[in-house]
Formats: sequence, C-alpha cells, structure tokens
Amino acid sequence: MTPDEILQTMYDQTLVGNAPAVLDLTHQALELQMAPSSLLFDSLIPALEEVGARFERGDYFVPEMLIAGRAMAGSMAVLRPLLAETGVQTVGKFVMGTVKGDVHDIGKNLVNIMLEGAGFEVIDLGVQVAPEKFISAIEEHRPDIVGFSAFLTTTMPMFKANLNALVKSGLRDEVIVMVGGAPVTQEYADAVGADGYAADASATVKRAKQLLEQRRALVPA
Amino acid sequence: MTEFTSEIRETVLRSATKEVVIARNRPFCIIGERINPTGRRIFQEQLRAGDLSAIDRDVAAQVAGGANVLDINMGVPLTDEADLLVRAIQRVQDLTDLPVCIDSSVLEALEAGLRVYQGRALVNSVTAEDERLAAVLPLVKKYDAAVIALPNDEEEIPMGADRRIELVAKIVEVATTEYGIPIEDIVIDPLAMPIGADTGVVVTTMETARRIRDTWGLNLTCGASNVSFGMPARHVLNATYLPMAMAHGMTSAIMDARTPAVVESVRAADLLLGNDEWGGSWIASHRAKQAAAAAVP
Repeated sequence: MTPDEILQTMYDQTLVGNAPAVLDLTHQALELQMAPSSLLFDSLIPALEEVGARFERGDYFVPEMLIAGRAMAGSMAVLRPLLAETGVQTVGKFVMGTVKGDVHDIGKNLVNIMLEGAGFEVIDLGVQVAPEKFISAIEEHRPDIVGFSAFLTTTMPMFKANLNALVKSGLRDEVIVMVGGAPVTQEYADAVGADGYAADASATVKRAKQLLEQRRALVPA
Repeated sequence: MTEFTSEIRETVLRSATKEVVIARNRPFCIIGERINPTGRRIFQEQLRAGDLSAIDRDVAAQVAGGANVLDINMGVPLTDEADLLVRAIQRVQDLTDLPVCIDSSVLEALEAGLRVYQGRALVNSVTAEDERLAAVLPLVKKYDAAVIALPNDEEEIPMGADRRIELVAKIVEVATTEYGIPIEDIVIDPLAMPIGADTGVVVTTMETARRIRDTWGLNLTCGASNVSFGMPARHVLNATYLPMAMAHGMTSAIMDARTPAVVESVRAADLLLGNDEWGGSWIASHRAKQAAAAAVP
C-alpha cells in the first residue's frame, strides 16, 4: 500500500471500528517511515470526527461510537510515545471525572472517547472523584480543561464544591471548567459558574474546542 | 442465604381508593416513566416557571396506555424540588386513582412527597450505600411505604451478578433487621444498563434477577428503557427485553407505558407466563381494540 492508501484504509477501518486492522495499518505505516502525526491528523481524527457527525445525524449509534473509539485507542497506544518524542502537540489536555458521591460513568466514558477521537489527551480520574483529587490532578497534569460529570440531582451540587476548591487553591483561572451529565442543564452550568456545558459526547468536543480557541485568543502568544 | 425460596412476596401499593399488588403470580406491574423532566427541555422550563400542566397529558396518555402505577420525578436543577414534587403528587392524585412511585434522590423532597401522598407509595429509591440506607429507610418505615433498592454502593455500580447479589443481601439485612421493614416491601432493581455500551449487560441483569428471585423471592423492578439507550428501534428492544426479564423474575418495571407495542408485549408475556387466567385480559383487550376500531367512522 502507498502512504495515501494506508491513510485512507485506516480512516475507513477506524470508521467501522475494526481495531485489529487499524493496529496492523499503524505498524505498516511506521515501517514505511510515515509520520505518526500524519496518522493522527490525516486519518484517525478525521475518522472520529465523521463518527461524531454521523452520531449527531442519527446515522450512527452508541456501539459504533465505542468500537471506533477503541480502534483509535489501539493505534494511539503505539503512536502516543512516538508523538511525544517528536514533540507533537495534542489538541489539548482534558482532566475528567465523575464527581464525589456519584458512581455513574457510561456517559462520561462516551465523552472521553469522543474527546480522544478529536485529539485531546484525556486523563480520566474515574468515579467518586473528590474535590481534592481534582485539584491534585490539575496540579499534576496542568490540563487546559477539567470536566465534571454528574448523573444525579443530588450529586450535581458537587460542581460548585469543586469550583470552590479550584478558587481556593488559586487554580480557577488556570483551567477551563466544563460540566455535564443527564440532569445537567445550561442554566445549571451557568449558575454554578462553569465555563461550558454540553448535552452529549459530540457536543462536548465542539464546545471544548470552542472554549480552547477563545482562551487561546485571549492569551498573548 | 443460598437456599431456594418459592415463597410469593406481595408488595402492596395504594392510592386513596385503589390497591395494586406486585407479585410474581400476578400480571406484571407497569410503572409509567413519563412524568420526569430529565431530557425534556420544554417540560423543564415549564416546571421552573411553576407550570405543572404538562403532567395532565402525561397522566392521561399513560393511564390510557395501561399503566398500573405512575412514577413521579421532579428533578429539575435550580428549583425547589420538594415543592414541585408535592404539587405534582397532588395533581396526579386529583387526576387518577393509580398509586404513585415517588422518585427523588433528594431526601427533603422524598419526605415532603410521602407526607402529602394519600395511600401507600413506592419510594424510588435507595442504594446499598450506608448513608443512603440510613437516610431513606427511616422515611420508608415512618410513612409505611415500599421501597426500590439498587445494588450499587459507594465504590461502584458492580458489573457482575455476584457483587450485586452481595449488596442485595446487605440491603435486605439492613432494611429488615435495623429498620423493621417487611421483606415484601423491598423491591430490587437488579440494574438494567444500556446494551449499546456493553453487549453483556442484559445477560447479567437477567442472571441477577433470577438469583434474587430464587434466593429471597423478592419483587423486582428496573428502568426498562435504559436498555435501549443509544440504539435504533428502541421500542422493539424494549418490547423484547421486558418479556425476557419477566421470565427471569422481573415483576414490575418503570417503563414506557405509552407505546402500545411495548405494553402489549408485557401483557402477552403475562399470559405466556401463566399470569392471565384463560387469557381473559388478553382477549378482553383484543375486543376493546376491535370495538375502538369499529367506532372510528
């Protein structure tokens, strides 16, 4: 296969969630000395973008999103160290977690897949994440965005607790805060002082990119 | 506890005037899921503005669809959930004599709802978390209600049946011995997860349900529509899932009571599982449909 054929085939196979094929193509590409960043930006990310677009149109369903994400993740496990070596910047860094008191994670995991699919580096702290744990993860990883997920009306108030902890530790202005989860609304996100809200996984990606652009436009280069 | 029990447990729910019994030798108890603002933007805005009138349509549609009990959830962020829940319960009780399932994770709302409810409610829900058990079960006892319990704890939503069964054992132990709640008033939700997120989850739910039925004979319920989340043709999945769950011991479900295909599938399973004697209800509903069709000019 030529490099162009590899990129195209990898795109097609990611789109249908064929993880073994995508992994195999990754190795083939590297043997041909193709740039890891090209695989990421010319094949994997466009494939996951298409997955998101199809999902939004109602042409793609949850399992298809999951297997496409898994196919990409398999390739990324090989590419990530190489990308780091060559100093390729990720789209952004995202620390994610389900808030304290809440053990629900299906929606959050879908969001992670779509964020990784868009080229974000996602650090998932899991469920039952206490404010202190978010703070120490933010200090350690210095993410662009932190995401709080809650599935219950009783755990949503943890958004505010987390935001208070951010303010107290002097990190509030260092990081963009996004919130989401089944009962969460834009009004609620505004009321607790979050920077962004999105209703589903593919909307989260769009909103995250938008918020990043706004933030980067503010910061003098 | 591993011995088999064939005992039939009766969970009795009441409105001011009507009694509904959940038991495995009775027709399946359909708990209508619709009075819930989650994911309903317009309804949320109305509720925030104090307008509860949309509930009237939801009640009518679910009663017409064949619901036996109505779930009421008023979980709208940035509102006084207790106040909304009280008004919703009173509104529903003015409109129908079906018993109610009071659905909130906010304690004050649960208590306020239980206080004004006329009859014997089903509380939705408690988990196996120590804090939740200690907070919710006294209310269940105080107001003589029945309660739905979910086998998840502080750590996780267990993905395997074994851990769920352990947590059910804990719930039963705590509820019956520490709070004096009769075992028949505990209705377990064995956790119905989306099949789209993991193709094995429904098999686990079935196994969990069967083992709970065989071990304690408890009544079971679930959020049936969760199963089809993120998938196409949700009605078909819901209508197929429910009879399968029923065959494994599910005796009620919080479900779509407005889609005829889903409700009919449940009633067909009632007949097939021996809970509709001589097919009386099945045949009667067929005649009613014929009559309705004939009445259309």
